[in-house]
Amino acid sequence: MRDILVEIWESVRRNKLRTTLTGLAVSWGIFMLIVLLSAGNGVMNTTMSNMSEMNTDAMRVYGGVTSKPYDGLEEGRRLDLTDKDVRLTGSKAFRDVIVDVCPTISTSSLTMTYGKKNFSVYTVGIYPIYTRINRTEILAGRSINDNDIAEARKVIVITHLQAKNMLMNSTDYEKIIGRRVKVGNLSYKIVGVRHGAENENDTDVFMPYTTLKGIFAKSDRVDNIIFTFKGLETDEDHEAFEARYRAAINGLHHADPEDRSAVWISNSFTRNKQMNSARNTLETALWVVGLLTLLGGIVGVSNIMLITVKERTHEFGIRKAIGASPLSIISLIVTESVAITALFGYIGMVLGMMASEVMDSTLGHSTVDIFGEHISIMKDPGVDLGTAVGVTVVLILAGTIAGLFPAWKAARVKPVEALSAN
Amino acid sequence: MLIELKDINKTYEGAQPLHVLKGVNLGVEQGEFVSIMGASGSGKSTLLNIIGILDNYDSGEYRFDGSLIKGLSESKAAEYRNRKIGFIFQSFNLIAFKTAVENVELPLFYQGVPRRRRHELAMEYLEKLGLRDWSHHYPNELSGGQKQRVAIARALITHPQLILADEPTGALDSKTSAEVMALLREINRNEGMTMIIVTHDPKVNAQTDRSIHISDGMIV
Repeated sequence: MRDILVEIWESVRRNKLRTTLTGLAVSWGIFMLIVLLSAGNGVMNTTMSNMSEMNTDAMRVYGGVTSKPYDGLEEGRRLDLTDKDVRLTGSKAFRDVIVDVCPTISTSSLTMTYGKKNFSVYTVGIYPIYTRINRTEILAGRSINDNDIAEARKVIVITHLQAKNMLMNSTDYEKIIGRRVKVGNLSYKIVGVRHGAENENDTDVFMPYTTLKGIFAKSDRVDNIIFTFKGLETDEDHEAFEARYRAAINGLHHADPEDRSAVWISNSFTRNKQMNSARNTLETALWVVGLLTLLGGIVGVSNIMLITVKERTHEFGIRKAIGASPLSIISLIVTESVAITALFGYIGMVLGMMASEVMDSTLGHSTVDIFGEHISIMKDPGVDLGTAVGVTVVLILAGTIAGLFPAWKAARVKPVEALSAN
Repeated sequence: MLIELKDINKTYEGAQPLHVLKGVNLGVEQGEFVSIMGASGSGKSTLLNIIGILDNYDSGEYRFDGSLIKGLSESKAAEYRNRKIGFIFQSFNLIAFKTAVENVELPLFYQGVPRRRRHELAMEYLEKLGLRDWSHHYPNELSGGQKQRVAIARALITHPQLILADEPTGALDSKTSAEVMALLREINRNEGMTMIIVTHDPKVNAQTDRSIHISDGMIV
């Protein structure tokens, strides 16, 4: 191996400028590939995080507007979910599929007061299962528990940004546990701090469902019904179940059983599936574009190897005369090609990763305001280890392909002809 | 019989096919010191290339040490050249970017001899040829005679049965020529290596045991 490396070094040393220029094309190709992939990851991460309300496979059901007249009632009726829908969801009719049911209710914007600080918040009444379905991260204290529900306790779970604000920018969230805040006209004990979104849009504070219901919502209206499910494997299973469930709920509200907009069902399983396929499509497209850019570099390397082989014909003739087998000539050239491609490819990869870091520290932390909402452009751009391995494989393959034809040409020349060259 | 050629024919195809060897018959015994004489274009270099398995022939039979050399794969031919045959060329054919010792090592590299052993052997041979102090010089830093001695060391290092020399003194002055010829003579005598020298120099011819004259593709 060392002998081969020495040979390659000797060859490269004699053609420094040429090798460098060719190598730069490979570096550029890999650089583009990495930057494209990491930008793509950033965009996908943004999209994902904007839609990450339900992390577990669950369905969320909420009221809509009818789109068809039915049962003597006209279209365009607003439907609100009620306790009846919750009972139906939890009933025997769906026990084969539905596991846990969690209704939620929320208030319109309220003011939460802590000392002299005021926060505009939405209070959401939840069951303990809610934070499990959402995989809410509790940073300090605890979430809402069964006793809170049973006794309709006046407790509250706030976001970490709110806690940080209350603690004068300290992140020692434990200190806020047990303190009291005022929401509306009533006082609540802070029992937990949850990890909210990193922007100010997320102002939901959690309370026990029963507490909120008792204080703010005198009607039997329910905002959302969230439930987990089991036994749905294929897309057909999901469709069939959703149709069956929709028909039942629509029936309670005298809406057409097939009216999709009367009650909305958001299924995180199928949605994630769609997101994944979108992600794969984007990633494939970026790989194709990146590889095509790289192709220019590969053609360059192949070209330069052809010139090298032509220049070295006489030398290969000497080598053959003293006993070099065709295979040894081929491996010499292919290894040289792989070495050049890999070396410059890695330079491109390192530069590309540095560019991703720059992208992360600039675009990654900046947000744009669209309709008053902060939207981050790119979240955590970058590439993972798998991509780096993939790129390495691509480099070695590319180098081999680039070197193979010139090598074959060199090995094919007859010793006598090679010796009489030049 | 080390070399046995029977009715060898060779034609170079082209717009005007050239029949260079017309039924050559030749036998060379182990340990012989032979010269092949002929005018340029007589086919002597082609004959040498065929004997050295650098080129193939169209018809006839060539046996090297008893085995038929015909339609060999390039890898097999390379192995023969590597282990059994040593070449000395008029233009030395040293690799310009390798030092003297690296050039001498090269045949052993293709035999897969480890680096250290290779280097030791190469130094040994260079020393025998009085080039120890020049071992780390590149060919362009050596005189013609020195280059040819490096080439001879490279040819000898694998202990071949046969040394083929194509105008080995063609690029050397008469004094150096005499030295190189004396060296080849000595190797032939001491090591018993068979030597075939292609030349058109009568002085070289005079030093060999047997001379074969070739004219217009036929041995005369």
